[in-house]
Amino acid sequence: MSTAVHRTGLGSAALDVDRIRRDFPILDQMIHGKKLVYLDNAATSQKPRAVIDAIVRYYQHDNANIHRGVHTLSMRATEAHDEARETVRRFIQASDASEIVFVRGATEAINLVAETYGRANVGPGDEVLITAMEHHSNIVPWQMLCDEKGAHLRVAPINDAGELDLDAFERLLSPRTRIVAVPHVSNALGTVNPVRKIVQLAHAHDVPVLVDGAQAVPHLPVDVQALGCDFYAFSGHKVYGPTGIGVLYGKEEVLAEMPPYQGGGDMIRSVTFEKTTYNVLPYKFEAGTPDIAGAIGLGAALDYVSKLGIDRVAAHGQDLLAYATEKVGAIDGVRLIGTASHRAGVLSFVVDNIHPHDLGTILDRDGIAIRTGHHCAQPVMERFGVPATARASFAVYNTKEEIDALVEGIRAAREVFA
Amino acid sequence: MIADRSDLGDLYQEVILEHSKAPRNFRKPATANQEAEGYNPLCGDRCTVYLDVENGAIKDIGFQGSGCAISRASASMMTQMVKGKTKAEAAKLFDQFHTLVTGKAEAAKADDLGKMAVFAGVSKFPARVKCATLAWHTLQSALEEKHEPVSTE
Repeated sequence: MSTAVHRTGLGSAALDVDRIRRDFPILDQMIHGKKLVYLDNAATSQKPRAVIDAIVRYYQHDNANIHRGVHTLSMRATEAHDEARETVRRFIQASDASEIVFVRGATEAINLVAETYGRANVGPGDEVLITAMEHHSNIVPWQMLCDEKGAHLRVAPINDAGELDLDAFERLLSPRTRIVAVPHVSNALGTVNPVRKIVQLAHAHDVPVLVDGAQAVPHLPVDVQALGCDFYAFSGHKVYGPTGIGVLYGKEEVLAEMPPYQGGGDMIRSVTFEKTTYNVLPYKFEAGTPDIAGAIGLGAALDYVSKLGIDRVAAHGQDLLAYATEKVGAIDGVRLIGTASHRAGVLSFVVDNIHPHDLGTILDRDGIAIRTGHHCAQPVMERFGVPATARASFAVYNTKEEIDALVEGIRAAREVFA
Repeated sequence: MIADRSDLGDLYQEVILEHSKAPRNFRKPATANQEAEGYNPLCGDRCTVYLDVENGAIKDIGFQGSGCAISRASASMMTQMVKGKTKAEAAKLFDQFHTLVTGKAEAAKADDLGKMAVFAGVSKFPARVKCATLAWHTLQSALEEKHEPVSTE
């Protein structure tokens, strides 16, 4: 561990990044003759061998359907699936595993809440309150709900740094507000929202809060009980797990009152043509055979992060973000988009006279993968008066040398467009 | 620094860079009688093409919008190329251009495109084909007087 300690200067708590890099087989490759520099982690992270192996092991040794067999494989698969749920519970500090619903990703988690809690509780003239920094996945499901119910979508503004205007947010909480939905960390700006404060304000008006944690779970220790939120949504693939699996956390008393989501097998207790009684939590929300391998892979990913230590992972991310902010921000013609005092994971920027798309193509020829575009956050782009941004986003395996390569690549692009 | 400079050089040819910096016909002609909006939802590029069509021919053309170097240069050179052409001629040019940027053109056919042949390098960057064709799709929509904005997706 000593080399990593010297390089990051974080003392004995620093991650051994060289060793971590060896855990991610995909990183060891050349792109256009250059070492791959993967800085598109906010779109999806790479997967450590532990996750890949867990999925392979499951299919090679334990594969069977869960909850419906007395044979050994079914019991093994059920046990592994239950263990994954328990790992998720522990990772986000939920009080009970029955509060952890497996879904396809953060998007489905939000849709689930909009379609069940939302349909049951939002009526004509009611309001749903979101913020101006949402990903489309935390806008569109609420818009669809409001359209269906004749309700109104209210949007709390952000300031020029990309921080939520809390006073305006509080003023927008009205007797008609039925639910608040906010991102924990903005995917386009990196802003970390004061979720605890937001929850306190909303709860003072008896309004429940859904937190979109897709960008937070890879970068911050998350304790849903300390946050006090009613729902917390995240995707597995952004936190080193596989695609196609995600989590909806919901407070037990809130989930219990909600109507089911999809109908089918596993979500029922008994079925006759006259009447169906629904299963207990969380199965009431998990119709059909779930993504068993995905859940097991997610469990392995969260175990991997836990072994590294989420506090050290968070510190490494902060270290990289601070370094990137300084180095990229110092390039002539670069304007950072999102300069909140508390940020995590992503650095969004535009370069004078270079469209982000052109920058992305040029960097790719250097083996550097970044995201360019509107990041599924068009209202954020509009707020900052840009059609798109370039976004570098970081993970446990990234290094300052990679950020140096990014900086050199941006300078080279400026030469092309000089 | 850049590994595959030759590919990049093929994409960002001098004439393309020049057009992207100073696009021609970047305006709404006062006599415009047809127009259409184009949008690339993936990258956020927007393009509006304005036409003055008289007796089935493009008497004047202009465009406005925001986009990457490839989409701006393509729109700029397209306006030069189709001015004075009939609808049918413009449609044929689009067809040839599309074949070129998707890498299916033979060298001989590319010749018909004149200066537009510089876009041949786009074919090595499949993710950028939509940037190069946005203005053309929008032109087609304006010629057909469709009132729905055209999308590359």
